[in-house]
Amino acid sequence: MNRLEMKTAHKLVGTFNYQLGQLEKGYANRTLYINLSTNGFAEKPVTELMKQKFIGGRGFGLKLLWDGIQDHTQWNDPENELIISPGPIGGITQYPGAGKSYVVALSPLTQSAMDSNAGGHFGPFLKFSGWDALEIQGKAERDVIVFIDGTKGTVTIEEAPLEAVNSHILVEQLTDMYAESEADKVTISVVAAGEAAEHTLIGLLNFSFYDSRRKAVRVKQAGRGGMGTVFRDKHIKALVIKSPKVRGDLNNPADMSALKKAGQKIHEEIRTLDDSQCRMRKVGTAHLTQIMNDYDLLPVRNYKFGSDPEATNITDDVFLSKYLHLNGHDECWYGCSLACAKVVKSFQLKTGPYKGKEVLVDGPEYETTSAAGSVLGIFDPEFVIETNFYCDTYGVDALSFGTATAFVMECYENGVINDRITGGLKLNFGNAEAALELLHQMAKGEGFGKIAGLGIRRMKKLFVEQYDANLDFLQDIGMEVKGLEFSEYVTKESLAQQGGYGLANKGAQHDEAWLIFMDMVNHEIPTFEDKAEALFYYPMFRTWFSLNGLCKLPWNDIVPADNHLTAEPAKVPEHVQNYVEIYNGVTGSNIDEKGLISQSEVVYNFQRVFNVRMGFGTREYDQVPYRAVGPVTVEEYESRQDRYDAQMKDILNLDPEGKTTAEKVQILRNYREEQYRKLCDAVYLRRGWDANGIPTIKTLERLGIDFPEVVAVVKKKMTQG
Amino acid sequence: MIKVNGKDYPWEEGLSIKQLLVNKGFTFPLLVVVLNGKAIADNEYVGTVVNDGDDVKIIHLMSGG
Ligand code: SF4
Repeated sequence: MNRLEMKTAHKLVGTFNYQLGQLEKGYANRTLYINLSTNGFAEKPVTELMKQKFIGGRGFGLKLLWDGIQDHTQWNDPENELIISPGPIGGITQYPGAGKSYVVALSPLTQSAMDSNAGGHFGPFLKFSGWDALEIQGKAERDVIVFIDGTKGTVTIEEAPLEAVNSHILVEQLTDMYAESEADKVTISVVAAGEAAEHTLIGLLNFSFYDSRRKAVRVKQAGRGGMGTVFRDKHIKALVIKSPKVRGDLNNPADMSALKKAGQKIHEEIRTLDDSQCRMRKVGTAHLTQIMNDYDLLPVRNYKFGSDPEATNITDDVFLSKYLHLNGHDECWYGCSLACAKVVKSFQLKTGPYKGKEVLVDGPEYETTSAAGSVLGIFDPEFVIETNFYCDTYGVDALSFGTATAFVMECYENGVINDRITGGLKLNFGNAEAALELLHQMAKGEGFGKIAGLGIRRMKKLFVEQYDANLDFLQDIGMEVKGLEFSEYVTKESLAQQGGYGLANKGAQHDEAWLIFMDMVNHEIPTFEDKAEALFYYPMFRTWFSLNGLCKLPWNDIVPADNHLTAEPAKVPEHVQNYVEIYNGVTGSNIDEKGLISQSEVVYNFQRVFNVRMGFGTREYDQVPYRAVGPVTVEEYESRQDRYDAQMKDILNLDPEGKTTAEKVQILRNYREEQYRKLCDAVYLRRGWDANGIPTIKTLERLGIDFPEVVAVVKKKMTQG
Repeated sequence: MIKVNGKDYPWEEGLSIKQLLVNKGFTFPLLVVVLNGKAIADNEYVGTVVNDGDDVKIIHLMSGG
């Protein structure tokens, strides 16, 4: 079918004309609201209060969602919203990593506010088209495309019956359709999901950009929390934006020279130091696979272990020598000289509906090598690439897919489920064929794939209710917190990182804090107070990226040559100062590092109260599965017996001699669970929360978010106990 | 005996920072090494000798994610 036939089949169901304008100091000062049930539109002003308190990006998303839903709204109610916002710094080209879009919605996995981010060009294009955020509510009757033309000032909702659903085809079809010429393709960005996002709760969103050097449409993923599932539930086939031509000054920053100065400094650092530091320009985050394996932190077989000799088959060297296509320009937004967005340009698929086709695959990143590799006990680089491709095009979060499939494999190997339940899939660790078949089933909404696509939390319930499984065992090995599957790090030897996962607002994602080295190797944060301080500073600092449309990687995946001479090298003080300067440079404000942390603290606490409002957000929901804390099974204990025995002697003053492994597992467990409880106590105190983990009224007042509706949520919960 | 990140670690004659990193299996590239309170640049790892009783901090920074 050609593009013209597809385009002709579009039926216009809604149109909105708006005044084009200029950004002012990083803001458009308005957001775009679209209701797909009524095909209605609205332009909402961005108030000074909104800018001061919520900044942009995730902050705007949370505020708009809070205002748009009710306490009882479910993820698949039309009332749920999907919001995309880049933040005030988003779209600058002088400093690396300034093209991120932040997506917020009620998550099908956690049933609370989720935030997820992606590179690609949509977020900056949204701003250049005149909007600080796009807020979509309602549910279309049939599949629609929303098209924002930022060159003409029009927004249309078009029923679009003929285009593909799977992303790798759809983003090309729409880039061709909406670009006026080959040269114009760089002005188009598409957001799309895929078939599996319709049938699972772990759907992701792909954000496209046109790679003019490779003449290909590339995609970056907002993976976490089922944002693609919400998207398809609203019958959105795609969002398409056409932006004015990108220029470095489109944000109209208050002080361009400040951006240039900070940018020049860091570009030079990257040019001279990246090759001897993380080699991001060469292999991207995949450089971590070998390192995580070396430090016993790479999830292997559902996080039972942290390393495996076969992991050398899926490290950066292998991808670099055989698969990656480098051309020195792998930035997912203009000006990112760290350029970590790697690509396998031509990969022949071996399975599924596109078997035999040569495709371009964005990735693999570190996380994919685990989620589509070690965590499943599969150490085959081509399985990694194939799974990476299908997860993206089907719209499945590779991390949730990998972690949930690893859980399924352990259940299968322990007889919790069997061939009858899996429809004959032999889901043993290491079975690549079965894992891929499970993924294809997710796309078709068939077989056991449909069950695995519910995510771990719902599978646990189902296995207990229908197959009489032992709930305690499933709680121990099911790697999820708040309903979100773990991302790909083993945390058994880092209490602080157990908190990094358990206490994260959205669930088990490490983007709030990654403290494993600081805790486990450096021994820099030995006391509960030290750990609580780290679990204050880092989540607050990292939240700030999400308010501003920034990528975290240029903060600490490259460090200045003299960073080791600073008082707190882990914070990379010079880069923190750069962020202060670019924020002030764009917005004309005058904040310092403290101000930056305060901005985050406001939004962070607001999100915590959001969780409370939706029925969560207390200590009970901050608990982690024991697999994240210590060895669940005798097999795990014995695999690291020296380590655990030594801890028993040194820390607990107990002689392991004469004790069975099962007894030692229990002794260690009692101790470690107590440590986690104490950690929560210390963190709550540091964050200004009560003993149940709820922000106190005093904290809300201090942060200036003692809005009546926020205070009401907290008071109600406190009186309920 | 030396101290590495606050914990006792066996010392050997002629031990360099570079060798200590190898012995400890520290392959991560973003390290800050401090020997008896003095920061050591990475181009000095080979030539810097650790003496018995020294205090070495090998601080791993963060990356990824
Ligand atoms: S560091 Fe990588 S992910 Fe981040 S903006 Fe640059 S290219 Fe994109």
